[in-house]
Amino acid sequence: MLARAVTYALVGLDPRRVEVEAHLRGGLPGLAIVGLADRACQEAKERVASAIRSAELFWPSGRVIVNLAPAELRKEGSGFDLPIALALLAASGQVPRERLAEHASIGELALDGRIRRVGGVLAVAEGARRDGLGRLLCHPRASTEAALAGVSPAPAAHLAEAARYLRGEVELEPCASTNGVPSEGFVADLADVRGQERARRALELAAAGRHNLLLGGPPGTGKTMLARRLPGILPPLDEREALEVTRIHSVAGLVDAERPLIAEPPFRAPHHSASSAAIVGGGPRLRPGEASLAHHGVLLLDELAEFARPALEALRQPMEDGTVSIARAAGNVRLPARFQLVGTMNLCPCGARGDPAAACSCSAQRLARYRDKLSRALLDRFDLVVTVPRPRAIEFQGAPGEASPLVRGRVVAARGRLRVAPRRTTEADELLANAVERLPLSGRGRARVARVAQTIAALAESDRVLPEHVAEALSYRRPAELAG
Amino acid sequence: MTVLHRRELPPLLGAIHDPPKRLYVRGVGGPELLARPAVAIVGARSCSPYGAQVARMLGRRLAAAGAVVVSGLARGIDGEAHRGALDARGHTVAVLGCGIDRDYPAAHAALAREIAETSLLVSEYEAGVEPAPWRFPARNRILAGLCLATIVVEARERSGALITADFALEEGREVLAVPGEITSALSAGTNALLRLGATPLTSAEDALDALGLEAHAVPEAARDPLLDLLPGTIDELAASTGRSVRDLAAALSGFELAGLVAEGEGVFRRLAPG
Repeated sequence: MLARAVTYALVGLDPRRVEVEAHLRGGLPGLAIVGLADRACQEAKERVASAIRSAELFWPSGRVIVNLAPAELRKEGSGFDLPIALALLAASGQVPRERLAEHASIGELALDGRIRRVGGVLAVAEGARRDGLGRLLCHPRASTEAALAGVSPAPAAHLAEAARYLRGEVELEPCASTNGVPSEGFVADLADVRGQERARRALELAAAGRHNLLLGGPPGTGKTMLARRLPGILPPLDEREALEVTRIHSVAGLVDAERPLIAEPPFRAPHHSASSAAIVGGGPRLRPGEASLAHHGVLLLDELAEFARPALEALRQPMEDGTVSIARAAGNVRLPARFQLVGTMNLCPCGARGDPAAACSCSAQRLARYRDKLSRALLDRFDLVVTVPRPRAIEFQGAPGEASPLVRGRVVAARGRLRVAPRRTTEADELLANAVERLPLSGRGRARVARVAQTIAALAESDRVLPEHVAEALSYRRPAELAG
Repeated sequence: MTVLHRRELPPLLGAIHDPPKRLYVRGVGGPELLARPAVAIVGARSCSPYGAQVARMLGRRLAAAGAVVVSGLARGIDGEAHRGALDARGHTVAVLGCGIDRDYPAAHAALAREIAETSLLVSEYEAGVEPAPWRFPARNRILAGLCLATIVVEARERSGALITADFALEEGREVLAVPGEITSALSAGTNALLRLGATPLTSAEDALDALGLEAHAVPEAARDPLLDLLPGTIDELAASTGRSVRDLAAALSGFELAGLVAEGEGVFRRLAPG
C-alpha cells in the first residue's frame, strides 16, 4: 500500500519538487523517514504521529516507511509534516490517493493536529504552478501568498479539515486576497526634516538615479532621519519586482498575511554588530541576508565605519552584480540582492569633527585608522557623498520641508526620462575633462560624476547634460579626507 | 643622494648655534636650492580643515612667489604645506627626523616621492636611522635654521611646532603665527606665540613681506559676491542668498575648479584672499 504527496524543498529561492512516498508494510509498528531529512524533518515522526491521533484519524498498524524523493536533495525544516501526514493517510486509505496527487501541500503540524504556517509558501506555490498542480494545501494565513503565484490555495487550519476536504466532504474557500491594495503603514515623511536642503537634494538624486549615498557629519544632524526617508520617495515596485521581493521575504517568513504582496521598496537597517552571514545570508537553513531582503529597496548601514570589515567587504559582490552567491556543500546558491546602499558616518571616532560647537579630541593616527576601516573599493561604490552640517536652531522653527509625495512625483518622472540616458553637450564634456585634470578624480570617480550629472539633467527635465549639471555633480564627489 | 659637510652647508643653516655635522640630501633639486629664500610652514598633525586649507594656501602662494617652502613631512599642516608648494609647481624641502632613505610617516611615501622628483628631502641622519621621538626636536632646529621665517599655522599648547618657533627666535629669525579661535585647543599654541610678540599672519602677503618677496600675480579672482560670504556650508549660503542648493553647488564647484575655494567637511572656504 503506497501513496504519494507532493511538496517542494527550497534551494535558495528555487523550489525543487519533492515526492513524499509512504509505504505500509507489515511488521512491528513504527515510522521511519528516509531521504536525507535534517533534524527538524526527522522530528516530523513524533509530530505526525500525535497530530493524526489528535485529529481522530487512524494511525496505521504495522511499519510505515516515508521516503522523501529525490533522496539526494537535502530536506530542511518542518514544512514536510503536512505532506508526510497526508501521504500516510492516503496509504492507509483514509483519503483518496488520486485526489492527493493533484495537490501540493506544505505546513508544520502541531501535536493537536493544527496546521502551522511556515515560510517560503510563495516559492512553493510557484513550483506547484510550474508542475501544473492546481491547488496548494497550506495554512489559511499563508494562502494569500499562494494565491500570488496563480495557484488556487486550499487553506486548512487543521489536519482533520484537510482530510475531510480531500475526501470531498467540505470545500475549502480561499481567503479574499488584498492584492494591489496599497499599504497604509507608517511611512516616514520628508516633511519632518527641516532645513538640510543640500542633503534633501542628494536624497532626491539618489532616489532618481538609484545612486548609493554616503551621509557624513557630526552626530545629531539628522543623517539617519534623512536616510530613513529614502524609501518614501522611491517609485513603487512593478509587478515583477514586487513578486521577486515577496518571494525573498516569504522564505524569510516576513510576509504579512493581510497584504502578502510587497509593492513598496523594502527598507532594511541592520545593526552595526551584524555578522557577514547576517548581511549576505547563510546559516544552516540558508536564510536570506539583509542584502537580499533589501532587494529592489534600500539597505541602510547606519554608522558605516562601526561595521565589521568582513561584513562590509561581503557587500562588494552584490553591489557589483546584484546577486549574492553562497557556497554550500550541495553547490552554489544564488540569491538576488540588487539594493541601493545608504551609509552614514561620523567624521571622526569621537564624533565632534565638523561640529563648530565641539572640539575634536582624536589624534591624527586615530582618525586615519577610523577612515582606513572603509576600503577604497567600498567607498568607490558611493556615487553621492554629502556632509550634513549641524542645523542652526532657527531652522527648527522654519516651515516643514517638502512632503515625500511631491518629491516622489519628480523622482518617478526622472526615472522615466533616464530610460534613455541623456548625453553631455560639448561644453559639459570640456568641463568634465577640466575637472579630471584639476581635481584628484580617478577614472571611476569621473564615471560616477558623469552618472550623477545624467540624473541631475533628468530631474531638471533636460534632454542633454549641460555644464551646470556636471558642475553640481562634481560637488557630490568623495572629499579628499576620504580618499583612502 | 649626496652629503653636505659642515663647510658646504647653506649660509643660513651654517650660521646657527649648533649646525649639523653632515646634511644628507635626496632629490633632484640640488643643494643650491637650500640657499634660496626659504620659509618654514609648521603646525599640528591632527589639524582642523581650516588649518589644512590655510597651510595649503600658504604653500601655494609662497611657492608661486618663488620662496622655498620648508616643512617636516608630517601629517596635517606639514603635508598640506608641501602639497601647496607642489600644486604651484614651486620648490619645497622636507626635513626628516629619521634616516635620509626613510619615508616617514608611511602615509606620506607618495608625497615624499613627489618631493624628491621636483625638490629635496634632507636629514642629518644617515640611511637606516629609525624615526624616534627624541630626534624630532633636533630636526626642528634644522627646519628653522634653513629659513628666513617660520610660520606656525595651528599648534596645541605643547606642540613640536613651538619648538621650531623657539629655535627660529633664538637665531633671530622671523616668526609668524596664524591667529585662531581663542576657544580652540588647536590655536592655543599659536595664540600664545602672538601674545609673546610673533607677527600675526593674516594673509600670504604678510609672509611675503617678511621674506622681502613680491606676490606673484594671482589670477584675478572672480568678483562674485558669493565669495565674500565664505566660509559657510551650502545650506547656510542658501539661507543667506536665497539661491537654490543645486545652483550653489554648481557655482561652488566652478570656483573650486578655478582654485578659489576648497571644501572640507561640508564647509567651503576661500583660498586666495581677494
